[in-house]
Amino acid sequence: MANGSAQNSITLRNDTWWVLPLITAIVLATFGAYSTWRAFSNVDFLVQPYLSPFYSPYILASWWPFSPALLILWAPLGFRATCYYYRKAYYRSFFLAPAACAVQPMAKEGNYDGETKFPFIIQNIHRYFFYAAGVVLFFLWVDAFHALWFEDGFGIGVGTIVLFVNVFLLSMYSMSCHSFRHLIGGRLDVFSKCPTRFRLWEKVSGWNENHALWAWLSLFSVALADLYIFLLAKGVITDLRII
Amino acid sequence: MSVAKLRIYRGDAEGGQEVEYEVPVDEGMVVLDAIHFVQANYDGDLAVRWNCKAAKCGSCSAEINGMPKLTCKTRLDSLPLDKPVTVYPLKTFPIMKDLVTDVSWNYEVRKKIPPFKYAEDTDWKMQQVDVERSQEFRKCIECFLCQDVCHVLRNHNKKNEFFGPRMMIKIAELEMHPLDIEDRKEMLREAAGVGYCNITKCCTDVCPEEIHITDNAIIPLKERVADTYFDPLQWILNKVKGN
Repeated sequence: MANGSAQNSITLRNDTWWVLPLITAIVLATFGAYSTWRAFSNVDFLVQPYLSPFYSPYILASWWPFSPALLILWAPLGFRATCYYYRKAYYRSFFLAPAACAVQPMAKEGNYDGETKFPFIIQNIHRYFFYAAGVVLFFLWVDAFHALWFEDGFGIGVGTIVLFVNVFLLSMYSMSCHSFRHLIGGRLDVFSKCPTRFRLWEKVSGWNENHALWAWLSLFSVALADLYIFLLAKGVITDLRII
Repeated sequence: MSVAKLRIYRGDAEGGQEVEYEVPVDEGMVVLDAIHFVQANYDGDLAVRWNCKAAKCGSCSAEINGMPKLTCKTRLDSLPLDKPVTVYPLKTFPIMKDLVTDVSWNYEVRKKIPPFKYAEDTDWKMQQVDVERSQEFRKCIECFLCQDVCHVLRNHNKKNEFFGPRMMIKIAELEMHPLDIEDRKEMLREAAGVGYCNITKCCTDVCPEEIHITDNAIIPLKERVADTYFDPLQWILNKVKGN
């Protein structure tokens, strides 16, 4: 109790403040469990011409005894884990720090260091995960275009559309990143001397306003793209050729 | 005419309790009107700080149903009146009497921020595009709702280590000013404690001026600190450029 007032309960809020963090925790935990299972499984990720985004770029390394997905996924995982939006989401949902505004956090008074100490001080290198995730994103675009070429030549299947929608959403998530917004122009104090960077900053700032939306949509799309290819590989569904 | 039940905190630093009052609800009535009704009809010694009644002076901050809000901007018909409406003083600051708290800590902290500093040969002409970002922050009415809701101050009582969101937008206003030459990054990292913010965005949620405190001030400041202290590539680039 900071000021000796009567507010010594968890909160005086009488709305359903707990619903959003609960849903967020369930969705993130479900995605985490699914992606971990798929990353370690090392099967059912390639159905020509479709490659699961969890395994892109596909690296065949004789010295690596585990799933090749593990060589890649640290980059998008690190990008999302240090993302300014996801930080809010998981600090609220998993660490209850706090679960909602004006609600008592889980950590006791004096037992909070924020992002000043290990491990959370690592959040400061978000931009490096942005660079690494950008490399992966490049290969996802290559995969999407590769999905236009079937054994009998050019074509478009539902899987092609799934991969293109996924890589578009991932690109919007990446390009609306707060660190990118800073690097592209936010770090300048005098915009008028750099009109190109100012225009780029304005554009990225517009995307950045919906960064949370892009974060969720791209999270769902990457899981659904992988699930589509998994179901194709298992023979549960067949790919519909549009062209 | 419907009747609202208000449970207003009555007390001082020694202690206190909720007192329930019944207030007739008129169309367009705000919580501050209800408090004035209580003063006029029940308890004339109920202490409340207010001034403009137009959401511009930032005086009438309180916690309504557990959420920090301006009492003059919170309409009674926006609240669930089937339950009593609780009105409490700001939790983060020492209570003086009833709904009045001592917010002077904020003014003391503000004195620690190095003021605007200009070069001797400054050309005082500025482009609108260069000052627009700072102008958003100048909308602040110093209601200190953001300081109140910030869990770093509210629950962890880090007043000696963290300046709080209101001061972050003050620092951002100066740091992003096109003619300011002061470097506040070391102070941001050390005395101001920007690393304590974990981006849960409650400050943005409660701001009555709808300033994008987190996205436009705190995150850009964190990125500027990262430029200097956590980004070796940026450090090398600055050395090459001779900065």
